[in-house]
Amino acid sequence: MKNDWLFAPGHGMCAGCAAPIIVKHILAISGENTIVVNATGCLEVATTEYPRTAWRIPWVHVAFENAAAVASGIEAAMKKQGEKANIICFGGDGGTADIGMQALSGMVERGHNVLYVMYDNEAYMNTGIQRSGATPYGAWTTTSEVGMVNPIGNIRPKKPVAEIMVAHRAAYVATVNIAFLRDFKRKVEKAFSIDGPRFLHAISTCPTGWRSDPSKGIEIIKLATETGLFPLWESEHGEDIKITYKPKFLPIEEYLKTQGRFRHLLKQPEYIERIKEDLKAWWRRHGVEI
Amino acid sequence: MKTMLRGNEAVAYAFKLAKINVFPMFPITPSTLVPEMISKFVANGELDAEFIPLDSEHSAISAAIGASLKGARVGTATASQGLALMHEILFIASGMRLPIVMGIGNRALSAPINIWCDHQDTMAERDAGWLQFYAESNQEGLDLILMAFKISEDKRVLLPSMVGLDAFVLTHTMEPVDIPEQDQVDEFLGEFKARYRTLDTKNPATFGAFGSPRHYMEFRYAQHLAMERAKHVIDEVFKEFGEKFGRNYSKINEEFTEDADIVFITMGSCTGTAREFIKMKRKEGKKIGLIKITVFRPFPKDEIRKALKGKKVVAVIDRNFSPGFGGAVYGEVLATMYGETETKIIDFIVGLGGRDITFQTFEKVLEIAEKSLEGEVEKINWIEVDKEAVEKEEMK
Repeated sequence: MKNDWLFAPGHGMCAGCAAPIIVKHILAISGENTIVVNATGCLEVATTEYPRTAWRIPWVHVAFENAAAVASGIEAAMKKQGEKANIICFGGDGGTADIGMQALSGMVERGHNVLYVMYDNEAYMNTGIQRSGATPYGAWTTTSEVGMVNPIGNIRPKKPVAEIMVAHRAAYVATVNIAFLRDFKRKVEKAFSIDGPRFLHAISTCPTGWRSDPSKGIEIIKLATETGLFPLWESEHGEDIKITYKPKFLPIEEYLKTQGRFRHLLKQPEYIERIKEDLKAWWRRHGVEI
Repeated sequence: MKTMLRGNEAVAYAFKLAKINVFPMFPITPSTLVPEMISKFVANGELDAEFIPLDSEHSAISAAIGASLKGARVGTATASQGLALMHEILFIASGMRLPIVMGIGNRALSAPINIWCDHQDTMAERDAGWLQFYAESNQEGLDLILMAFKISEDKRVLLPSMVGLDAFVLTHTMEPVDIPEQDQVDEFLGEFKARYRTLDTKNPATFGAFGSPRHYMEFRYAQHLAMERAKHVIDEVFKEFGEKFGRNYSKINEEFTEDADIVFITMGSCTGTAREFIKMKRKEGKKIGLIKITVFRPFPKDEIRKALKGKKVVAVIDRNFSPGFGGAVYGEVLATMYGETETKIIDFIVGLGGRDITFQTFEKVLEIAEKSLEGEVEKINWIEVDKEAVEKEEMK
């Protein structure tokens, strides 16, 4: 069978990683008239080992922290040339929430016509599972180790990057989960129908860093949403966020127990309670009691 | 027609004459007037370009790469800390072989923070794979920016260029500058057309791929070849510019060197002071010559070796310092002159952080240079620095 995905198979991404699935579905909607800017990270490293490439559209990688700035330059040049194409940035959570935050903030503030997609596997996975600003409370990573003195692992809550983008009054901001394909596709299509800076936050399983079963990649992120931990919502031009999927609110342990990075928490219910309280507070702020 | 222009204005006029398509920027003293002028040119319709005010110099050079790779002619300007912040991305711009041209207001690096002139900022980037030009005057600043586009965009080169103008001494000082006619510049530069592969949806390609040990070195070697070819292209472009505009440039400029025993080597604005000093001394019968380096990358080894052959003493005026070694220009001249044992090469660290370089400075340089004719002198000489005060403080 002919494979005509714009993101070609044969790349080196891990089995069970959600990122390539996210990318190929976004490109399928965006089409050939697309330019991709990729921040340094797994997606970049594992898909472009010279002289091979998985990208059937123009693609560029410059560095870790500047995808949004590179895209700004491309968009400016295109304006001058009178060309129109979709410009998409793909960055991991490290390249977006931390080291690339300034460039992203600038790109959105200046109003560049770019779609930025953060595929969020909640740590620096390319360098080997180090905590990022998007690592959730209670997760083990190699730089938020669990031990006698620190039984929790990562002690800080996850940085709400998508909400920060709403505060920037980005033209469109949404959280997406590839396990909810209809919601995912509708939001990606909507993102391409709006001009201006747009931001999608896609949760992305990392079996290597999450210490999870590679065959359960999509099931696990489905649980992230069904427990309420990764809510699906959207916002236009800084308006209040609208929930686009009502979760089943399954017990969060259902999600935590699928991943070795939370194993230590299961023996310490007091910390799980803290996650539950934060979860309740988030949903209460958005009009839902759980 | 000659107009009174500050160095920054000369650079801005050069970008306007080159009809840049995109100007990504972040303000920094002493080069801020360049983006201010471009902003004005764009606002009043004199220049049809996209002006992007970015969130940092790091983002500015990143946007420059994006725009250049999309097939736009790109210019920008920065200095000092801004250039240092770009450091990482400078290597990527040259590695991706993009002909971006950048004006630099040569300024000292922190700490202590200092906004005045020296060459430390660009010297720290000499390995970044960019061509480096240093202007003696505002006219040279304008001309070198124009020529840098032609050289960088040449298919045999395809490397970015930086053109240094000394902070304040040039960037903020008015000098008469001949602004060339637009049609003459159009004829010289030709209409911009990217002579490299671009981000093109009709012809997709992958840029900035992952290069394993199996391939990486070949990319670096290709850069080496481009720099070597640039030597020839620079000569060609300098010659063509001279014929068209009547102002002649060469990688190094030799004056009074023929009969000289002692040769001063300078870069940038202090050359003028050195020239007048040497003229004065020659009237006293002292055989001193002057070499101005205009092109520092690629380093004009052949020209310097030829010019210095048989000279007794070379006094390298370094407006920069590499702690643990000495001046950068000194190091390069020393390596270039390897084997020429009859020539003494002495380093003079002067004018750091905007300390004025005057006749007095050169008197001290000459004194040591003359002393070396008779015997051994220090290889690295700090001129006009209060050594006593530093030593006293260090003893505490």
